Amino acid sequence: MLVDFFLHLKVRQLPVSTQELLALLEALKARLVGPSLDDFYLLARTVLVKDEAHYDRFDRAFAEYFKGLETLPGFDVDIPEEWLKLAARRHLSEADRLRLQKLSYEKLFDQFRRRLAEQQERHEGGSKWIGTAGTSPYGHGGYHPEGIRIGGESVGNRTAIKVWERREFRNLDDSVELGVRNIKVALRCLRRFARQGAATELDLDNTIAGTARNGGWLDLHLRPERHNAVKVLLFLDIGGSMDDHIRTCEALFSAARAEFKHLEHFYFHNCVYEGVWKDNRRRHDERTATWDVIHTYGPDYKLIFVGDASMSPYEIDRPGGSVEHWNDEPGALWLSRLRQAWPKAIWLNPLPEAHWHYTPSIRRLRELFGERMFPLTLDGLDRAMRTLAR
Amino acid sequence: MKFEGTDSYVATRDLTLAVNAAMTLQRPLLIKGEPGTGKTLLAEEVARALGRPLFQWHIKSTTKAQQGLYEYDAVSRLRDSQLGDPRVEDIAHYIVHGVLWQAFESDVPAVVLIDEIDKADIEFPNDLLRELDRMEFHCYELRKTISARHRPLIVITSNNEKELPDAFLRRCFFHYIRFPDKETMTRIVDVHYPGLKRELLREALEVFFELRDVPGLKKKPSTSELLDWLRLLLAEEIPPEALRAKDAKEAIPPLHGALLKNEQDVHLFERLAFMARRKT
Repeated sequence: MLVDFFLHLKVRQLPVSTQELLALLEALKARLVGPSLDDFYLLARTVLVKDEAHYDRFDRAFAEYFKGLETLPGFDVDIPEEWLKLAARRHLSEADRLRLQKLSYEKLFDQFRRRLAEQQERHEGGSKWIGTAGTSPYGHGGYHPEGIRIGGESVGNRTAIKVWERREFRNLDDSVELGVRNIKVALRCLRRFARQGAATELDLDNTIAGTARNGGWLDLHLRPERHNAVKVLLFLDIGGSMDDHIRTCEALFSAARAEFKHLEHFYFHNCVYEGVWKDNRRRHDERTATWDVIHTYGPDYKLIFVGDASMSPYEIDRPGGSVEHWNDEPGALWLSRLRQAWPKAIWLNPLPEAHWHYTPSIRRLRELFGERMFPLTLDGLDRAMRTLAR
Repeated sequence: MKFEGTDSYVATRDLTLAVNAAMTLQRPLLIKGEPGTGKTLLAEEVARALGRPLFQWHIKSTTKAQQGLYEYDAVSRLRDSQLGDPRVEDIAHYIVHGVLWQAFESDVPAVVLIDEIDKADIEFPNDLLRELDRMEFHCYELRKTISARHRPLIVITSNNEKELPDAFLRRCFFHYIRFPDKETMTRIVDVHYPGLKRELLREALEVFFELRDVPGLKKKPSTSELLDWLRLLLAEEIPPEALRAKDAKEAIPPLHGALLKNEQDVHLFERLAFMARRKT
């Protein structure tokens, strides 16, 4: 019972465990909810999902699985027809799958259009479901490599939109980019990072308690000191498409400033060359030589680059490639100098990770940074900080 | 016995279901949500509604798991031994019972609130795994195992400052209190100010939700701030029309200090109001 549902959640990468499935079954057995799918949804979410960041993923998985099912399995005697069809669709043979893969894109669309028209007729005729065969590439839950997902509207000749279809927790998902809502969580992520690496100090309370316990013999206790030892050097790409993201980043890091022992920031445009600047309004008057930066800050600083890394490849690899001035040495050389000066370096990129592959300059910079480029999402930030702490 | 909310606490359907599930299956209930949505209040209200005693344990960054079970006051015992106090013979005199011990020994089923568990050390939840699972622990000094007479309902709140370990999460039920929608909010206000004029309430909620939608606010006003603001509006006898006034000077809601707690937010809001004024 519900094993298929459970496995479906696993496939959708929800961290659920057997223990939780058993708890859910126990709750059903205790008749905590009536035979209503809405209540079952709430119960399943309470028992199975332990993080609001996963609510949205759960909603989607739930909608996929229970599309067309109106009552709770196990409580009703007659299983709805749609559900049987859904189940049949999920148990296709290998041969069927191979056959499905052969459909081309145009053909798929063509068929889809025809099927949709057909469905219209059928709808008038009283039938409810798109594609009666289990191999339909359309609709939720089916298996098809090029399947077209149909939203609630397309098959929505049923009831009003369900709770899980509203997807109200979308903005709590940790894979979306940073915004006002989740900046606080990101801040905590940085804070955690800032608290690491510390010496020990005398733990007076435990020493007294231990000494008393020892009957008066001195018993020294030490504990890790809670202080912020992390020093950060921040390089921000500024200008053009980066402006919006930079504001987010600056807000983020300056809010975290109190947590770091030292936080220094510099601006650059597209790629780092012989000079960087601290005040963007006076970028042409007050430049700091990159050599000076390298000589000023010790190797215990952690280097964080923020930029979209999208530029012409010449700007990285050729002398004189800069869009703003003549540079004698290529950006790649400067970047590798910085990397050498501060071995702990990462690059945060506000562009979605899935798009990186298409831009040559991003690929080049990732290579220069030893694959240490992370997207500017909560998840990416978390991975980045973990890499830096290592 | 089921929890259905109380006369002073509006619980939505999903919340009551979560509480009842935790109670029936005797699992701890982990509550998260925006600040000011009534996480801590929940345990108090559940205890009140069910007539159970409530044991509260507020967590700080220095709190140890052991402190919730018991503490051995070695320093007092050492002092007593040097003063020749006869009590020193029995170690039980120096065992200070923690919140969980008290709840476990309670004659009637109790409610335990572990407030802001994320403030504690990262190992804190792990240290409580067995205690929450089996509802028992061993007191080494007394060579005695304390087990719960009735498994208490344990409500745990978290503000998401630290990640909780998976092993701990698996043992809990989880509920995220969403920010209430307009309908729920009306019910909440009704519960707190039954006499409030409908018109004023409608206008106030309008202003409130508009304010929450302003992009870039550092701290969005929450339910508890709305309630404070309404109390002020009532005390000052502000007429509903004053809230509706969209013309020049009145673009900022009266007594906005109760809603916006941050200087930058107030500035931002004033700027936006100024721009809106210029447009008209």
